[in-house]
Amino acid sequence: MRLRKEEERYAFGLIAPSMIVVFGVIIIPIITTFIYSLVNINPLSSHMGEFAGLSFYIKALSSKAFWDDLGRTLYFTIASTAIETVFGLLIALLLNQKFPGVRFLRSIIIIPWAIPTVVNGSLWKLMLNGEYGVINALLQRLHLISSYQSWLGNPKTAMLCIVIADAWKMTPLAVIFFLAALQGIDYTIYEAAKVDGAGMIARFRAITLPALRPTIMVIVVMRTVEKFKAFDIFYLMTRGGPANSTKTLMYDTYLQAFTNLNYSDAATYAYLIAIVVALMTVFYVRMMKRRDLA
Amino acid sequence: MKKIRIFAAASILGLSALAVPAMAEDVTLNALFMKQAGYSEEDVTAMTQAFTESTGIQVNPTFVAYEELAPKILTSAQSGGYDVILGDCIWPAQFAKAGLVMDVTDRVEALDLDDIYQGALDATKYEGKYYGMPWLNDVKYMFVNTALLKEAGIEEVPSTWDELIADAQTVKDAGICEYPIVGCYAQAECLICDYTCIAGSFGGAFVDENNAPTLNSEENIAALDFMAKTLTDGLCNPKSLEMIEDDVLSTFAAGSAVFAINWTYQYASMNDESQSSVVGQGVITPIPGTDKAESATVNGGMPLMITAGCQHPDEAWDYMLFLASKEMQAKYCANALPIWKSLYTDDQVIETAGAEVVAASQTQFDYIVNRPMVPYYNELSTSMQTEIQSVLLGQKSAKDALDGLQALAEELANN
Amino acid sequence: MKRNEKGPRMSARRRRLTLLEMFLGLLLAVVVLAPVAWMFLSSVMLPVDLTAKPLKFIPETITFERYAQIFKSSTTSDPAYVFRVALKNSFIIAAAVTILSLIIGTLSAYAFAHVRFRGKNGLMLMILFTYMLPPAALIIPLYRIYNKLGWLDKKWPLVILYLSFIIPFIIWVMQDFFGSISKSFEEAAQVDGATRLQTLIYIFLPIARPGAIATGILAFLMSWDEFFYALIFTSSLTSKTMPIAIEEFNGKFTIDYGMISVAGILGSLIPVLITVLFQKYIVMGMTAGGVKE
Repeated sequence: MRLRKEEERYAFGLIAPSMIVVFGVIIIPIITTFIYSLVNINPLSSHMGEFAGLSFYIKALSSKAFWDDLGRTLYFTIASTAIETVFGLLIALLLNQKFPGVRFLRSIIIIPWAIPTVVNGSLWKLMLNGEYGVINALLQRLHLISSYQSWLGNPKTAMLCIVIADAWKMTPLAVIFFLAALQGIDYTIYEAAKVDGAGMIARFRAITLPALRPTIMVIVVMRTVEKFKAFDIFYLMTRGGPANSTKTLMYDTYLQAFTNLNYSDAATYAYLIAIVVALMTVFYVRMMKRRDLA
Repeated sequence: MKKIRIFAAASILGLSALAVPAMAEDVTLNALFMKQAGYSEEDVTAMTQAFTESTGIQVNPTFVAYEELAPKILTSAQSGGYDVILGDCIWPAQFAKAGLVMDVTDRVEALDLDDIYQGALDATKYEGKYYGMPWLNDVKYMFVNTALLKEAGIEEVPSTWDELIADAQTVKDAGICEYPIVGCYAQAECLICDYTCIAGSFGGAFVDENNAPTLNSEENIAALDFMAKTLTDGLCNPKSLEMIEDDVLSTFAAGSAVFAINWTYQYASMNDESQSSVVGQGVITPIPGTDKAESATVNGGMPLMITAGCQHPDEAWDYMLFLASKEMQAKYCANALPIWKSLYTDDQVIETAGAEVVAASQTQFDYIVNRPMVPYYNELSTSMQTEIQSVLLGQKSAKDALDGLQALAEELANN
Repeated sequence: MKRNEKGPRMSARRRRLTLLEMFLGLLLAVVVLAPVAWMFLSSVMLPVDLTAKPLKFIPETITFERYAQIFKSSTTSDPAYVFRVALKNSFIIAAAVTILSLIIGTLSAYAFAHVRFRGKNGLMLMILFTYMLPPAALIIPLYRIYNKLGWLDKKWPLVILYLSFIIPFIIWVMQDFFGSISKSFEEAAQVDGATRLQTLIYIFLPIARPGAIATGILAFLMSWDEFFYALIFTSSLTSKTMPIAIEEFNGKFTIDYGMISVAGILGSLIPVLITVLFQKYIVMGMTAGGVKE
């Protein structure tokens, strides 16, 4: 019993600084924002200051705009997370081989990841520019397009462009994670499997993939949380356009608060975002555990 | 219930401390300006220095990008982070209703209002009261590359949209310019500015004299159909949908467009050799009209306002008046035209601002249209941007889009 | 006999595989480096060449005038000067955040992984939830608090703000890392008579060092990258950070976009150097997480 108490005191000593900084800064905003989502704080509304209960949540969940936003957010989140995970793994497998130049590749692969998001956004916006962008020039030179295209001005391609820009920057992080995990695999198992006559694909499925599963998990969860909240790259590249084709939940939250002055709607969106992200995380963890048991 | 209301009201208003009267010498004002078009950072700093020298009041000016103005004002206005703010002319109604800025009616009415352009004054008004001092005066014009027109054998600059379309077709057919027209149709406020000009020149308006929405009027539908048609006919650059004003300017400056609607600043930039390859080729003219209206332009002025949290409104007002004084406006008119009518006959002003610009402004100022001065304007505008883009992309008919917007505007008006 | 037959065939196959790998490697290098190379090229190309059609990929004349402008400019209203000061601000803030968050976060992560206490899971979930809330929602109340404390437009309050979301991230990553270090180390140390604090300092921290370096780089990049809070909380040269200066560049230099590229190159220089130099530790940090019994 005394030991238990002592252990707790030790633990609180270790975590106190974190808790003071983290909760000291955000506890009041978190509570205030929650109150905003329950009380009408839209200064332009004639119901300003009235208790609204869950009506802002109901309003959000029953509006088409919310579900459209969610759809686009999921598209961005899933597409870019998938690209990063799949390409991250493939590139890591390649860089785990021995061939001339591989050391050089391993040291440059990390560069895009280190480039700040703001720079990445501006860079891709310039490269994709419909009037003088280098991507248009290149594609035309290769005769893949006949005239310059407006990649960011076309609702069919705008989101895809952002996905590519984001994946270019973030795939290297996945590569690093996978490379680290691959180096932890015991190679004698491969030799044994080879002797047993297992082919390359069979070996990958039986040995590599299971060993990488925790890494995949970490990447998927981490990237999902980050991407769901992504704001900078949309603000820099498209501001939700064209025709709302890149308007995500997070960007809409910004619009509600800073353009429309609908603070309550913004607060409600924010809590819904956090809830959806939390649910997705729980879902991943569950799925992971079930697989582990199987 | 009541408690929650009080709590909520208190937290949103931020319970400002009691105002303590102070001697002018002790006062330091914080002011918020923008970095882009209009008076440059150097201009404002110089004006501010002159003000401090003559009054002893210290001012800290902060300069941010236009896009950062609104977030900064909204987060700070009630707690008084800034005393004087520069705002867009579409904000006063919203800011006034939200209690973010001070009523300055008495102070404004003490001025010689007959000498100030009505459009600039109107933009600071909400429900009969003034909430700001007009300062930056700007409207959009039509810029025409006459060299490219001459190449196609056209000598005269068009004055109606029909003529402009015919000229554009000629230029295109002659292979001189693939897309003669360029507009800033990105999902942003600039799209609404262009639409306001074009709808106005088709005789349309977004609200009637009582500020009741009239978005789906025949004229507005015709104007939007017209814009969409320039795109489908290949006369308007399809990349317009990703462009803001600066992109229009750079397209024009690269010689890739014959016609472009833009703010006054394009005049100086397109004649600046370091950024333009069409120096001396472009002219500034009024926006074309139709048989329903001779011309129309959008008010892009920016007034100065006092925030609700300001502790020194008297000093703040003195500062605003100083910045907007005839003396300062005449001195720095190279980057922004004055709000005072009497300055437009001043030789010094004509020389500094450019005779061509002053001449164009004298015609164009007669046709100023304000975007709706209603508190819900920003929310309406975000929806308009999306809907107008869907029409320009051919996803929706102009009538469907504007009918939907009319319904939304009516709902917002009654909220 | 058999060996002799198999040998050359295997090596032929191996050679083909190596060729394929080299080809894929080349492709990868192009995809990774081309945008960076273009950013550099456009930073030294003449404005007229940048908007030329058809674009010349190899410019005839190059200019370092823009770089000179950044380093020479001395007027406080010049965006080039602002950018230079912002770079310095960003570095100070990111360095402070990295050091503080590592110290504070690592201690907590260790507690979450190896010390038993009540409410551990609940607390961890709360920390994770704060990490999931988007900043746009917290910013209005935060601004009021900061304004009342007189903390606006200053560097160290921004450091505190960044700590509030970077520490949860560090706890999350590092507790996983500590969790994978065997408890037997601790037991062994205790048998030898070491106190718990000594065990932490002399046993766990050294093992955790590669992981801490890797996490520290993540923290540095997160802070260097942060845009939204900086957008609202900084306004003058005292605290303006690099991303905000770049955003201002975007508005100011739409025509000569080479200037945006210069800012991009300079803004990426420090994080790229740090990650490339410490890359060994990043990979080590992530593998070391797998130290087993």
